[in-house]
Amino acid sequence: MKGIIVVDIERCLGCRSCEIACAVEHSVSKDLFEAIEEAPLPQYRVTVEAAGKLSAPLQCRHCEDAPCVKVCPTHALEKVGPGQSVTIKEELCIGCKWCILVCPFGVIGMDRAGKVIIKCDLCLERTEAGKLPACVEACPTGALNFQELREVTKKRRKEFLVDFKPQKPLVKEE
Amino acid sequence: MAEIKERSIDPASQKLLKRAKEQDIMTAWDRHDAMQPQCGFGRLGICCRNCSMGPCRIDPFAEEEQTGVCGASADTIVARNFIRMIAGGAAAHSDHGRDITHALMLTAQGEADAYGVKDEVKLKALADEYGIKINERGKEEVARELAEKIFAEFGRQHGELRMPLRAPEKRVKLWKESGVMPRGIDREIVETMHRTHIGVDNDYKNILMHGFRTALSDGWGGSMVATDLSDVLFKTPEPILARSNLGTLSPDEVNVVVHGHEPTLSDIVVDAVRDPEIVKLAKKNGAKGINLVGMCCTATEILMRHGIPVAGNFLQQELAILTGAVDLMMVDVQCIMPALSSVATAFHTKLVTTSPKNKAPGVTHVEFKEEEAYDIAKKIIKMAVENFPNRNGHDIQIPEENEDLVAGFAAENVYNFLGGTYRATYRPLNDAIIQGRIRGLAGVVGCNNPKIKHNFGHVEMSKELIKNDVLVVVTGCTAIADAEAGLLQPEAAFEYAGKGLQEICETVGIPPVLHVGSCVDNSRILMALTNVVLEGGLGEDISDLPAAGAAPEWMSEKAVSIASYFLASGLFTVLGVPFPILGSKNVTNFLCHDIENILGGKFAFEADPIKAAHLMIDHINKKRQALKLRPMMYQ
Repeated sequence: MKGIIVVDIERCLGCRSCEIACAVEHSVSKDLFEAIEEAPLPQYRVTVEAAGKLSAPLQCRHCEDAPCVKVCPTHALEKVGPGQSVTIKEELCIGCKWCILVCPFGVIGMDRAGKVIIKCDLCLERTEAGKLPACVEACPTGALNFQELREVTKKRRKEFLVDFKPQKPLVKEE
Repeated sequence: MAEIKERSIDPASQKLLKRAKEQDIMTAWDRHDAMQPQCGFGRLGICCRNCSMGPCRIDPFAEEEQTGVCGASADTIVARNFIRMIAGGAAAHSDHGRDITHALMLTAQGEADAYGVKDEVKLKALADEYGIKINERGKEEVARELAEKIFAEFGRQHGELRMPLRAPEKRVKLWKESGVMPRGIDREIVETMHRTHIGVDNDYKNILMHGFRTALSDGWGGSMVATDLSDVLFKTPEPILARSNLGTLSPDEVNVVVHGHEPTLSDIVVDAVRDPEIVKLAKKNGAKGINLVGMCCTATEILMRHGIPVAGNFLQQELAILTGAVDLMMVDVQCIMPALSSVATAFHTKLVTTSPKNKAPGVTHVEFKEEEAYDIAKKIIKMAVENFPNRNGHDIQIPEENEDLVAGFAAENVYNFLGGTYRATYRPLNDAIIQGRIRGLAGVVGCNNPKIKHNFGHVEMSKELIKNDVLVVVTGCTAIADAEAGLLQPEAAFEYAGKGLQEICETVGIPPVLHVGSCVDNSRILMALTNVVLEGGLGEDISDLPAAGAAPEWMSEKAVSIASYFLASGLFTVLGVPFPILGSKNVTNFLCHDIENILGGKFAFEADPIKAAHLMIDHINKKRQALKLRPMMYQ
């Protein structure tokens, strides 16, 4: 399954279910009740931030020309391929935090032990198995979606046409 | 079909689930699927909506320990939410008890002629307990004074409840010393709401201990009142043969399903369906007669007193309508799915609400009043009869499954069967445990929950327990599940029970799983265990007994209250779905470990019914060892 994470900001209620699902997905047990007992505690890679009266989940955008990949001195960060995810090879990460500083979205963080960085991996394991990313699946309102770019643009075009009201009829009515 | 088999173990239910799928009718299982994944904060119990500084939720994966806006920790939030669930359950059971008391009062005052005092022995025993002089007074006068005294238990402001004093002396002392002796039925529920208000109790142990006091005001209060006064009004159940499952619906009679919990209307309906005028009308409308069946606990009330068939348990309520054969379903309170009205619109089924506490938009409401009980019952049955011709053209699909069962064991009569009329004591039961024929006792109770394959938890756990010579008593939805699986027949002992238990069942002629009633009748389990303690030889307290409790498919707040009063009465209690407390390590540790040192019982969570049964068996073995009982006779 290929796609990008699309956020419908008007649908986000700020429940933070995506955060929980992300942490559970990145736990050893992948079970909520067991995950909260694990040491170290699993961490989420998506964060819900308040923005005025709205709230929105933020995670790695998996940039095509990713600044984090560019600055990584050990090549621990890698863009898998066009349209694919930016992943981290933890064994190569030296924890220099350059990527954290250059990320325009602030969605890269340090792991709990403060040794390596953590970031969204677009739930590679899940999407390869044909499943939705955990945060998308967990979102109760459909604020988080996983779609191919061309689906997104097609939907946007249709929305535009519905809203499009020309001042004069384009075709003369008979 | 594979998916349907994952939803229920009951073949009758599977057939109707198939029909639901074919006709695109949503059931609880579909709605449960649609709800996935469910909120992690809710499942862990770490969301607080008790004030408008919030809502607050504690991040279980946070770097540093979080608190709510007021400073409430996960421990406080989890404990508060948990005891509010207890209060919800205790309120439901106790309000049921209040309704029965109200009916007894009206009966005693001659204002509700559909009822009468049907069990004078029990009335006298209760009068004795409440210090009511009997002398030459008529039963109505005694009943009136009793109802008055019981009413006072709900609003009691001084002292303590009377019924908990029935417990073994040691238990009562323990309750008093640990500050959980219930004082008033309503008072404990009110105090739960007070303590959990913003800015009150934030010591999780103190909160939880009050939760146990609230639960005890249910088990040894509201529920016990409901059981005892129902026995006075409608008679104490005695073992009775009946049938179970959806196959009890009739293809050519008017099918009336009573669903809900209280016996006040359903017991009168039993008379109304025999009314010659109504029967005549039914025949005129092309029906062969009237077939009354029950669903959930109200079914149990008329099953154990009149042998009325029980059509199903909680998750079968929508399926009953899906047969297309239900002409009318009348409901009172508790566990009535709001979805019923939409399922009913797909068929000719008429849904009727009867309680002022439970109405539904667009659904016919015929308000029940004790004073006019018979007329109201007759009016509703007439509506069913008049709806029968509307079956025309509808496809009726009644599964053939219907299993025999024996129901109606009560704390008062169980010894008659174990000891015979001439040895009316609990001695034979105690001896069977002491000699190692019976390993111990288990109360398996509670609801259905789409999180557990329907009836799988109940039936597999019951089978595993009796296989290991544990005598099982069941109530509520468990009783119905086990009935449908054929475990409530004496013959089931030969097929499923261990050798020791088999010998007892064979000698006495009882099933290895005893049906002791509805969910308020879990109070009968408390009394039966107390009687076992008082009989002697098995310790001095309920917590000394080789006994355990379980709710393998629980879902309701009532089940939370039941499990909590089981624990507070000294029982190890296993739940099939975890309580929403795991978001606090301290609360979880307290309720699953430390509390045993205070109240003698504790909780465990285990979804696998076989593993859960073995947690109970291990506990029973540990108690046998502590009592220095001899090894099991056959092992």
